[in-house]
Amino acid sequence: MKTLKYLLRNPLSLMGTVLLLCFIAIGGLAPVLTERQPYQTSPYEMPRDGFWQRPQGPSASHIFGTTQGQYDIFYGVVWGTRTAFKIGLGVVVIGAVVGTIVGSIGVFYGGLLGEVLMRAVDVFMSFPFLIAAMVITTILGKGLYQMMIALISFSWMEYARLIRSEIVHIKEMEYVQAARASGVGDLRLILRHILPNSFFPVLVQASMNTGSMVLTAAALSFLGVGTEPGYADWGQLISMARNWIVGTPGNPFAYWYTLVYPGLAIFLFVLAWNLVGDALRDILDPRFRGAPRV
Amino acid sequence: MLAYIVRRLLFLPVVLLALALLVFSLSMLLTPTQRLALYCPDPSHMKGGIEHARALIELYGLDDPFYAQFGRWMGNIIRGNLGWSASASMPVGRALIELLPATAELALLALVPLVLGGIWLGTKAATHHNGIIDHSIRVFTILGWSFPDYVFGLIALMVFYGWLGWFPSGRLSQWAVLEVASGGFRAYTGMNIADAILNGNGRVLLDALRHLVLPVITLSYVWWAALVRIMRSSMLETLHQDYVQTARAKGLRERVVQNRHARRNALLPATTMAGIIAAHLMGGLVITETVFDYYGLGQFAARAAQNLDFPAVLGFALYFAVILVVVNLVVDVLYACLDPRVRLE
Repeated sequence: MKTLKYLLRNPLSLMGTVLLLCFIAIGGLAPVLTERQPYQTSPYEMPRDGFWQRPQGPSASHIFGTTQGQYDIFYGVVWGTRTAFKIGLGVVVIGAVVGTIVGSIGVFYGGLLGEVLMRAVDVFMSFPFLIAAMVITTILGKGLYQMMIALISFSWMEYARLIRSEIVHIKEMEYVQAARASGVGDLRLILRHILPNSFFPVLVQASMNTGSMVLTAAALSFLGVGTEPGYADWGQLISMARNWIVGTPGNPFAYWYTLVYPGLAIFLFVLAWNLVGDALRDILDPRFRGAPRV
Repeated sequence: MLAYIVRRLLFLPVVLLALALLVFSLSMLLTPTQRLALYCPDPSHMKGGIEHARALIELYGLDDPFYAQFGRWMGNIIRGNLGWSASASMPVGRALIELLPATAELALLALVPLVLGGIWLGTKAATHHNGIIDHSIRVFTILGWSFPDYVFGLIALMVFYGWLGWFPSGRLSQWAVLEVASGGFRAYTGMNIADAILNGNGRVLLDALRHLVLPVITLSYVWWAALVRIMRSSMLETLHQDYVQTARAKGLRERVVQNRHARRNALLPATTMAGIIAAHLMGGLVITETVFDYYGLGQFAARAAQNLDFPAVLGFALYFAVILVVVNLVVDVLYACLDPRVRLE
């Protein structure tokens, strides 16, 4: 409750919350906002109005215009919201769970197993993230789920490190010792006593990472190893806009709509998550809680 | 301290070996035929036809057990042979050496506004805590943090290249490429700016700078938030220390208190962040280089990844790991020099 109050009081976090709610509404109402064409095999397939390369400006039938290949930009932006939520939440939630499991095992059982796990974290961390994700997506083939697997495989380590440093502290606390002394088993001790008390930093980190995962996924699409061609995805729309940034002679911004609409969508989406994540950190991170006020 | 440095460096080969194992395992996700196809895309067009593909798999041992293939691969790498990069059409080692100056030039140049501006903005935000300046700086940096670099870069190109025609993409103009390649121009470092200065060639210098303006601005803007945020909170913390109050009580001017007493100590955490950023920049600016068509290590790695050019991916990963370890070490040592309370053990 206190968290919610803070979120709504601070103007920046209020803006983030409102933006996020707007995106949830757009994603939820996607079937109402757009019209499905009979030839679409899936709602995530962007409808196209012909096969011309040259983008066409906004008109009554395509309010955001059409991009390269006559894909409808409005449709792509609206359904791309769902894609963004799938990627952001899917990657972050699974990554956080995997990282938490690895981190807890690593610290709780210590010894050789823990050492090996934490060194594995080091190695995964020293691999350039974007390149790793590109290699895996290329091996698995284009597609949303392939891309998510790639992002998860190289993003769980951060949570493992975070949870480890938390647990190292908590493990030595008296209430944990007390629980152990009263005969609580390992699994129960971790699940009931340790994790609930060490999970907030992971939650904060996860909310901060949701935006950046969407950014990275769009970057993969931008670099040409993301979703299948024609899939409603902001990164793909931006990569299509890349060929049209130099307008026609006399009109340098002739194709502005190909870049501005999907660019704005991804910018606002990431901004919303960053603002909310920032506020959550201010609320939940004890180091910032009693920060001195001038 | 020396013992600490040596111990950290001794850990490096272990990381490199593990990385090699990781990349090799990734490549083993492909079947032998697929791995052969990375080098000859269509075996049916080969002299011997499909039959020949079988023979090639046999010849290069692509069907051998994992450890045998890994051993052979590692053997080559240890002898200094990183292999052939099919996507760059040259040996991996040579590609890394040739492209490093391009990326280093961009990264080092971007670090200047990034670090100086970041420290300045962070200090300003802290000294005007909760005032209008603080809020403006927070908004300015969080907008940059949320801006996808590819969108920012494309918009910058749209305005400054498409419309105004001031700053083109690429690394050099066509005429400058020819001039740099000509006999009269000596390449001392491979970095165009440094070379142009050393050769006393003002025209090339100007051209190189013109190509660097947009990528440098893009990088600074999207990275500022990380540095400003840390600088701000550490400066806030320092401003409430007793010794800062003492300095104020002594009657020192606020400027002196802020700049000489508080900021110096507040710089410590920012040093770590600057190191992390430097490592990332040196580690290849995949997106920035792609957007601005600036051929450096980032684009090399991106092409390698798209074409599953495993020797090149590994070469790049090893380079990145070395950079990470070295930069982290430099930051640690620097930290110990700046803060006498820190002992490296």
